Amino acid sequence: MGRKLLLEHAHVPGINTYEVYRKHGGYRSVEKALKSMTPDEVVEEVKKSGLRGRGGAGFPTGMKWSFLAKPEGVPRYLVCNADESEPGTFKDRFLMEKIPHLLIEGMITSSYALGANTSYIYIRGEYSWIVFILEKAIKEAYAAGWLGKNIQGSGFDFDLYVNPGAGAYICGEETALIESLEGKRGNPRIKPPFPAVKGLWQCPTVVNNVETIAAVVPIVNDGGEEYAKIGIGKSTGTKLISASGNINKPGVYEIELGVSVEDFIYSDEWCGGIKRGKRLKACVPGGSSVPILPHFLVTKTAAGENRLMTYESLADGGFATGSMLGSGGFIVYDEDQCIVRNTWNFSRFYHHESCGQCSPCREGTGWMEKVLWRMENGQGKLSDIDMLADIAKKIEGNTICPLGDAAAWPVSAAIRHFREEFEWHVNEPKACMERNYGLVKERVVMGG
Amino acid sequence: MNAVVGTNGTPFRYSEAALAEVRDLIKKYPEGRGKSAILRALHIAQEENHGWLSAPAMDHVAEVLSITPIEVYEVASFYSMFNLEPVGKYVLEFCQTGPCAIEGAERIIEYTKQKLGVGKNETTADGMFTIKQVECLGACGYAPMMQVGEFFHEHLDEAKIDQFIDDCRAGKINKGTWKMH
Repeated sequence: MGRKLLLEHAHVPGINTYEVYRKHGGYRSVEKALKSMTPDEVVEEVKKSGLRGRGGAGFPTGMKWSFLAKPEGVPRYLVCNADESEPGTFKDRFLMEKIPHLLIEGMITSSYALGANTSYIYIRGEYSWIVFILEKAIKEAYAAGWLGKNIQGSGFDFDLYVNPGAGAYICGEETALIESLEGKRGNPRIKPPFPAVKGLWQCPTVVNNVETIAAVVPIVNDGGEEYAKIGIGKSTGTKLISASGNINKPGVYEIELGVSVEDFIYSDEWCGGIKRGKRLKACVPGGSSVPILPHFLVTKTAAGENRLMTYESLADGGFATGSMLGSGGFIVYDEDQCIVRNTWNFSRFYHHESCGQCSPCREGTGWMEKVLWRMENGQGKLSDIDMLADIAKKIEGNTICPLGDAAAWPVSAAIRHFREEFEWHVNEPKACMERNYGLVKERVVMGG
Repeated sequence: MNAVVGTNGTPFRYSEAALAEVRDLIKKYPEGRGKSAILRALHIAQEENHGWLSAPAMDHVAEVLSITPIEVYEVASFYSMFNLEPVGKYVLEFCQTGPCAIEGAERIIEYTKQKLGVGKNETTADGMFTIKQVECLGACGYAPMMQVGEFFHEHLDEAKIDQFIDDCRAGKINKGTWKMH
């Protein structure tokens, strides 16, 4: 139930083709924008919609668009961030695989609004077969006159290209993405200047997530006010949630923001409850970098109110008792899962993905990985727990880009909520190793 | 990230079709910004060089893109999809990150290692299989999973691994190619 604005036709056979997509109302937003709206009017609708960036940061899209510098004679670019790499997140992949034309339509309408005549979809290299899907759809769109010169007789010229990456989480950070698109290592840039002023090839650039750009289509079709009627408060519209972990029905779901977390986990419409009848232990609601919540803070806030799937409710209580909606990468842990092992796993991930520019992140992520590994393997000390928290604190806020924060938050939150489990690893190493290795039935070589 | 740039390897040049493709790619970027085609140019070179980037392969890419070899080395060594050492015909890249790990990835990786008798980043003696452990590939809801060539193989279990290995040996597995793009 609930309205679906993006995935409404996702299961229509052939919706990946131009013909079927068009038959189901495709490219109406381009027609409407080009024929009856000025670019600024499109930006205005996006502002009215209250749409917030769907990649994780949740920054108001209309506001981001309005920051775009418009110097005379300098090209502007829209770059779609399809580098989806946040552990727990696989929604953009679903959207691009199923309805590639929705993204293309969103790119045209958004580029018209921003005055960009060339745009790029930067997609993670591992999604290679989706590059094929997108390029096929782009070819169809050119053939039907939605891309290229003088689109539908409007005088608006627009070219769209796909640029695959090659394996680097950091390229999801917008300035690293721009560096990568320029053919370099994905090292984030120091800001300011922001991409809105100096982005791709030093030109004004907007970088938006796939889902954000797709959401522009229903916003232009139905009007920003209609879109804003869905949801609660500043969490407007629908959101794609990638549900994974120990649940009965993992997958991608489009929800109206405001669904209760309890319903989302236990209703058959979405996750369908915990697998094998186990109990809920913890949940990471917005991708690996957001704070983990212990079971008693997942469905209720610390104040005892129902926790909702909104930016505000998931953050209720701040980092002390709340988390973040983030990218909507919703990972569920059952009672058998080891928090120390999971935290080690995430720390290894961030260590591997650190670009190495900033010492706190380059060194700190490695230290956290090592300390967590020795704890997980029965060689931890009680003082390690505070040391870990201290390392995390010293990374947070001290790096060029948010990867440092993303690496620190899971560690801080795990210690905050599961300190006893860390202590248990130190005090009863044999028992905890037996339990954990009984679960995984093997040892993974460090640095894996 | 990879750190070592391979120095060995036989001479490399793109096939005619690949060279034409890379020249087309360069046109997607503004005049003088052809360097932007580097990632795709390297993917293609890697495919045509038996799955890895040798120094001669990277030098050739530099020449085609009209940039210096160091600009190619520094990029090739940054991104995890580029292999700077020889690999087997089928590179099994298992996701080992959080959501896959709690749904059995560690067990499946260990099973495959034992079945093939190789460890992480090792290649079987017959040159058929290399096992890599990689970070989140965006298939968390379909765990455990691995990537082989251009495609994902999801919801893995022991039986599926057995079948997959047999199918590779029988030449029935499609790894995909840049030519489909």
